[in-house]
Amino acid sequence: MRADYVNIVNTHIVPVKLTYHAPKSIEESLRLLANYRKKARILAGGTDLVVDMKLRRKEPEHIISLKKIKELDYIVDDGSAVRVGAATKLRTIEKNKIIRERFQALYEAVRSIGSIQVRNMGTLVGNICNASPAADTAPPLLIFNATVIAKSLNGERTIPINKFFKGPGITSLEDNEMVTEVSIPYPPENSGSSFLKISRVGMDLAKVNVAVLVKLDKGVVEECRIALGAVAPTPLRISKAEEYLRYKSINEENLRVVQEIVAEEIKPITDVRSTEWYRREVSKILVRDAIKLSVERVKK
Amino acid sequence: MKIKLIVNNVEKTLDVEPNELLLNVLREKLGLTGSKYGCGIGECGACTVLVDGEPVLSCLTLAVEVDGREITTVEGLDVNGELDPVQEAFLEEGAIQCGYCTPGFIMIAKALLRENKNPSRSEITEYIKGNLCRCTGYINIIKAIQKASEKIALRERNII
Repeated sequence: MRADYVNIVNTHIVPVKLTYHAPKSIEESLRLLANYRKKARILAGGTDLVVDMKLRRKEPEHIISLKKIKELDYIVDDGSAVRVGAATKLRTIEKNKIIRERFQALYEAVRSIGSIQVRNMGTLVGNICNASPAADTAPPLLIFNATVIAKSLNGERTIPINKFFKGPGITSLEDNEMVTEVSIPYPPENSGSSFLKISRVGMDLAKVNVAVLVKLDKGVVEECRIALGAVAPTPLRISKAEEYLRYKSINEENLRVVQEIVAEEIKPITDVRSTEWYRREVSKILVRDAIKLSVERVKK
Repeated sequence: MKIKLIVNNVEKTLDVEPNELLLNVLREKLGLTGSKYGCGIGECGACTVLVDGEPVLSCLTLAVEVDGREITTVEGLDVNGELDPVQEAFLEEGAIQCGYCTPGFIMIAKALLRENKNPSRSEITEYIKGNLCRCTGYINIIKAIQKASEKIALRERNII
């Protein structure tokens, strides 16, 4: 019964009839996925999926849990990149020394997500696969040029993170594919990164989030990477602003131009969290502050 | 589906549906009504329990997901009727008004003090960020957690 007069939202329960699978290997989960396709959903932390099932935004018939796939829970530093498995919790990531020291924007983004409880449950890969335009880990992954490893029974595919997001809740994954890893290359030498966001209250999703990486050479910007979330259907890089800053010095005049480019390039909307106007204004401020903060971090 | 949970050190074998939530199993099947349903969407922390010592939201956890794990709820904190130092401190500091959020706060405080015996005020506020108190008792809750950390230190040295 799903008539309009029936309140179908009841967050006491998961009002969806499920078949639960807990495969022990990636191979086994890919087989399940190939079988059930769109009828299946992968369950990692559940902080998005279970809420979506409660609210009936998603009604999968099959749940493929990652909890028994031990080979998906890892953070590996291979000397040129840090690789994070699909079942690795956000809390594990924020406690990792290399992430904290070398990938500051990602560290700050992870720390800003939800609460300790949520980060104990949620995963980095879940955050990007949920493909919220406001996903906090998306802007840092964009500025670090991360790549997503997706597997299916047909093989493995590497997707650059800037090709991964297709729209709100939509990724470039096929319905028989599963993300097994995110690989994040080391940032260049003489660079600094930062993440800033503004939200209504601490636990809420971002109104706007921003990640910036700046690489300096003798006080001049050699490379700048700027990414924003919650201001367009997908998180995005602002390459026009990045190009403008290249080989320039950081001063108020140049920053003002960058702010204007950012305001033009983004396409924010008005929703329950904020208005289009406010998001545009606050994006300018966050981008400027994040650039300054990143520059400060280069010098250290 | 048959699952086995170790709830407050007692092994329980249960038959649950795949869509059943840990919170409902604890409250309805095991009669452990300490953990509370608040928002149901992961924002209020009232349902916080420890799974293998780590704080999680039981209202967003499918019971089948924690098969074989150790669950600690607020009912499992006392030792032979003697309250846990965190519980004592909450009483002494008046960190309770209506009490609905209290089990969640106590469980997250337990998780914090297990990781960090002497947390700073900002570390405490970071940990309780995901727990809402609608009677506005945060000041006393922070005081209680500080006091609990002192109590634990004294107990360890056998002073009280």
